[in-house]
Amino acid sequence: MSTTSPTPSSAAPASADSVGATGSGRKGRGPGSRRPDRRPLTGAARENRAGLAFVTPTFLVVLVVVVLPILWTVLLAFQRARLVDIQSMGLFGNWSLHNFTGILTSPGFWTSLWTTLLYTVGSTAGSVVLGLVAALALRRPFRGRGLLRGSMLLPYVAPVVAAAFVWQIALSPQFGIVNEWGGKLLGWDDPVAFLSTRSYEVSLLGLHFDVPLALLTVIAFETWRYFPFAFLFLLARLQAVPDVLEEAATVDGATPTQRFRHVLLPQLMPVIALLCVLRFIMTFNKFDDIYLLTGGGSGTDVVAVRVYDFLTARFDVGAAAAQALVLAVVLMALLGVYFKFFAKKVEEEA
Amino acid sequence: MSGVRTSLPSRAQFEERLFGVLRRVVIAFLALITLLPFCYMLLLSVKPIDALLLNPGQLWVSAEDFTLSTYEEVLKPTSEGGQGFVHMLANSALVSLGAVVLTLLAAIPGAYAVSRLNFFGNRQVSVLFLAVYLFPATLLAVPLFVMFAKMGLQGSLVGLAIVYIAQTVPVSIYMMKNYFVTIPYSIEEAAALDGCTRLQTVRKVVLPLAAPSLMATGLYVFMIAWNEFLFALLFLAAQPEKWTVSLGLQQLANGVEVSKTVLMAGSVVLTIPVVGLFFAAERLLTEGLTSGADKS
Repeated sequence: MSTTSPTPSSAAPASADSVGATGSGRKGRGPGSRRPDRRPLTGAARENRAGLAFVTPTFLVVLVVVVLPILWTVLLAFQRARLVDIQSMGLFGNWSLHNFTGILTSPGFWTSLWTTLLYTVGSTAGSVVLGLVAALALRRPFRGRGLLRGSMLLPYVAPVVAAAFVWQIALSPQFGIVNEWGGKLLGWDDPVAFLSTRSYEVSLLGLHFDVPLALLTVIAFETWRYFPFAFLFLLARLQAVPDVLEEAATVDGATPTQRFRHVLLPQLMPVIALLCVLRFIMTFNKFDDIYLLTGGGSGTDVVAVRVYDFLTARFDVGAAAAQALVLAVVLMALLGVYFKFFAKKVEEEA
Repeated sequence: MSGVRTSLPSRAQFEERLFGVLRRVVIAFLALITLLPFCYMLLLSVKPIDALLLNPGQLWVSAEDFTLSTYEEVLKPTSEGGQGFVHMLANSALVSLGAVVLTLLAAIPGAYAVSRLNFFGNRQVSVLFLAVYLFPATLLAVPLFVMFAKMGLQGSLVGLAIVYIAQTVPVSIYMMKNYFVTIPYSIEEAAALDGCTRLQTVRKVVLPLAAPSLMATGLYVFMIAWNEFLFALLFLAAQPEKWTVSLGLQQLANGVEVSKTVLMAGSVVLTIPVVGLFFAAERLLTEGLTSGADKS
């Protein structure tokens, strides 16, 4: 890699240069070429060079805006760094595990990690299931399908800030439409503060139990916002399933549920698995939705919001970095488990 | 009817009918949950706050209540007592367009190389590009926050656009890669035979052919950048004149007494550009995003 990839400062001209190798390689066969003692490059070698030249600019950008900052996070996580000290601090020095011991022994972190997990699993399952239901319902043409298909993408396309405020106002106990109608039509006795109730007592069939209402509400929001994403992918895949498969099953007397279970689902499984992984990764690190809806209060304190609080309220860069790092490691571990034990199974079933 | 063909199990008939009904219910439900919140937003934005407080459940606005003063307050510059959203719209547009240009410049060569050229480390690099997604935005936020503070770029719109590259490069590479592989290789060979270098081939043959994909990718990047909130909050919160619309709206909600109807007018202003753009190019965008999904 180091022999062929140009230095950062000369990335653009260098890439143009070695790309030109395609042309000069042909000329190189004649006498008096630049390097007479060398055999002309083979096609594969030329392609190799061109590939490296093309990938280098992108690679460098990713290196600078993603890889280096992450490495720095790792360094910061092992230092006692507060924002005011950063200016004077060197890149290395004052190593300590202080941040990690502080975090791992604080009870707040573990409940927060558990909340993150519940939130992620709930939202992932919710958005994929709702997306699947929507894709099945919109599979066959009907009047107004195109319009509905377009409008279904609204929650996904609309800015999160606007969407969060609409929910906030609609769910408000004072002037929200949900509570107003709930009182009128469903006979709710008191307005429900959806976004600020940590646990809400529900009685069902004489049993009383508490539900984490605010957490369920943010899960519902996340489901609502991201089911269009799953819907898009699943609909595209559904429409690629050949009709003959289902027709054959129908002729054989399969009921709709059987056709779904034994014909469609196996076809959809790889996409569903991919969607679950994607949504899981995205939601696990999600910050803005919860921050905007509840500010992390009432039992919705996910780790991403905690990191933000440490960074901006306490200016404790080290602790913030350590928490972000622990979050990333947990995510990697979960994904590792998935790919080791489950990914193959999904592929085999498909 | 059912007596004629006894061989047909009644369970199938029952299910056909059940799902026929369920399908309609689901369609109605989906229309309700996707459209209602946005209609509600639009509705509240043209109501005076008194009308909302008086009758929160009302789903229409009476003619004598109808007002556009909320929009006036939101859009007027701060010097005239408004909220200055016009200025923020300009900021958002600048950052988003900057992010589109920077991301495409950064992603095109990589996407081309990964999809077309067989080079040493191809697979590793592809994996790295996708692995960027594994790294949470929060993990990036800490060092970028510190880095920009150190470099004095804090509060710069250009800096924000650069940060957005990290958010958009992976999906851009993925989308364009899926399109590049559909361009027949023979076209490139023909260009090479005519004496084009690789760079010329890409510029004059591949990119024009991939224009729909570039458009779709650019639009998607624009949407991500326009809607982004966390980094705008981290980098720009201290400088009101640099706020993007998303950030401005959130700060408005946090700030001193601002009525909810004004907040909704701000939400409409924030939503309309991106939704309008999306519907103008819906086909392009959905196909660009999912073009790889049915090949799995």
